[in-house]
Amino acid sequence: MAEEAQQMPRSSYLPRRVAMRGLAAAGAAAMLRPVGAIARPGTIITRPIPSSGEALPVIGLGTWITFNVGEDPAARDACAEVMRHFFDAGGRAIDSSPMYASSQPVIGHGLRKLGRTKEVFSADKVWIRGGSRGPAQIEQSRQYWGVPRFDLMQVHNLVSWEEHLPALLAMKAAGQLRYVGITTSEGRRHREIEQIMRDHPIDFVQVTYNVLDREVEARILPLAQERGIGVIVNRPFRQGVLIRRIERQRLPDWAAEFEAANWAQFLLKFIVSHPAVTCAIPATSRVEHVRENMGAARGRLPDAAMRRRMVAHVEAL
Amino acid sequence: MSEWWTYRLSDFLLFAPRTYYRLFELYNADIWPAQIAALALGVAIVVLLYRGGAGASRGIAAILAAGWLWVAWAFHLERYATINWAAVYFAAGFAVQALLLVWTGVLRGGLRFQAPSGIPGRIGLGVFLFALVMQPLIGPLLGRAWTHAELFGLAPDPTAVATLGALLLANRTRWLLLAIPLLWCAISGATLWTMGAPDWFVSPVLAAAPIGVALWKRS
Ligand SMILES: NC(=O)c1ccc[n+]([C@@H]2O[C@H](COP(=O)([O-])OP(=O)(O)OC[C@H]3O[C@@H](n4cnc5c(N)ncnc54)[C@H](OP(=O)(O)O)[C@@H]3O)[C@@H](O)[C@H]2O)c1
Repeated sequence: MAEEAQQMPRSSYLPRRVAMRGLAAAGAAAMLRPVGAIARPGTIITRPIPSSGEALPVIGLGTWITFNVGEDPAARDACAEVMRHFFDAGGRAIDSSPMYASSQPVIGHGLRKLGRTKEVFSADKVWIRGGSRGPAQIEQSRQYWGVPRFDLMQVHNLVSWEEHLPALLAMKAAGQLRYVGITTSEGRRHREIEQIMRDHPIDFVQVTYNVLDREVEARILPLAQERGIGVIVNRPFRQGVLIRRIERQRLPDWAAEFEAANWAQFLLKFIVSHPAVTCAIPATSRVEHVRENMGAARGRLPDAAMRRRMVAHVEAL
Repeated sequence: MSEWWTYRLSDFLLFAPRTYYRLFELYNADIWPAQIAALALGVAIVVLLYRGGAGASRGIAAILAAGWLWVAWAFHLERYATINWAAVYFAAGFAVQALLLVWTGVLRGGLRFQAPSGIPGRIGLGVFLFALVMQPLIGPLLGRAWTHAELFGLAPDPTAVATLGALLLANRTRWLLLAIPLLWCAISGATLWTMGAPDWFVSPVLAAAPIGVALWKRS
């Protein structure tokens, strides 16, 4: 949709964007409303990208490990099936990196097979030492995905960020990218991340955040709000360890108050109900899991008091 | 890499166990009936060992080298590299090992393999036969499909372990030739351990035996 929007004449593009903003507002309103507010079945919750106002569904799709299936035809088709359910449920943002081996070509296979190249919000990364090698890597990634250009290009784990970031911002200015970001995970190099957020006009920052790993709440999330930077959340399930552990426990009855039907939705709704978060990107290789995860982008979200209760509950388990 | 101490081994595992085993399944299907040839070459090594002589030793080194070169190309470069970018380096390492075997054992005739007489030789033969016959059975015994079996000369682990065993049967310890197989057993052990495979220790333990014996032989 992002690409499509860019190629469409302005007249047809604007109303659509306004419509999307409306949806985003509905999402934000649902979030701010206290628990017990009216659910809006059928609408996917979106958040505006702070730098543009473009609406993005609050649940995206990660591809680390899950989509690295090499050239195995059956496994590639299984990934395409996960993508089909993701898009059918209203999903848009898919995140990958050259670091994830075959994940990029596997995404490309899925996009081609499903004909969803225009719909996807393509979020990829540059991950190579030395700024001079960045453009070639980005071009290679673009060919793997089969998209005309990336929506978002992030500097993976801050690798050579001093060199890549100016190049990415120049690509954005030249219309070769739509958004620029940086990533880290599991609390690494947060000082540097904060400094970059202060000093550079980035659109997105990607960090780890979940009900147990909440370090970013202290500084990075407030800073993102203050600076108008979108936040993409990785490792929502601690690479699966958290959800596999917690799934053995009974889901508390009060999870129904924010319409979480399972633990995946409990964990994801915790993340995306933080007002600074634009979207979370759980990875999965399974259709039933992507459906569960996308369910977190619908219905009510927990309010601040409920979020505190969620933390206390999970920490006590 | 900055803040390297915050990384765990699992941060470097790029694929799911299912994907890793499926790689062997597709590989085995693609190269069939190369498995029969590989087993025959493994048996040929034992025959040459008992025949003895300079020509037989050169033959053994040549077969081992062929196995390393095949794994470098057909496994690491053609298959493993599709799910693990580090496999390009593994392929280079395996090719170097093949060259070292050719240089030392075939061209210069610097390896003299002998049928086992003492304890080191027996351990070496035991390790070699284990890699040839038992190692491919471990996966199926643990409940993985037969089609995933890893064979000497075709898959990296049994090739490395068999080579370590064979090198114990040589008249002198060639440390240079032990280095890459040992390193591979460590890498493979770490990979399988991170994947949660119950048999992760097999190659490292089998590699430890030859290195222990080599050290003992020297002293
Ligand atoms: N530095 C960086 O830039 C960075 C670092 C880390 C991650 N990331 C990005 O963030 C994404 C997400 O992080 P992650 O993949 O590391 O971890 P994650 O999303 O926290 O966890 C993924 C695991 O959760 C399981 N899972 C997913 N949905 C589930 C459900 N509904 N029920 C039960 N299990 C479920 C998956 O297994 P199944 O396949 O069985 O569903 C998978 O093993 C990555 O894929 C990547 O795109 C970026």
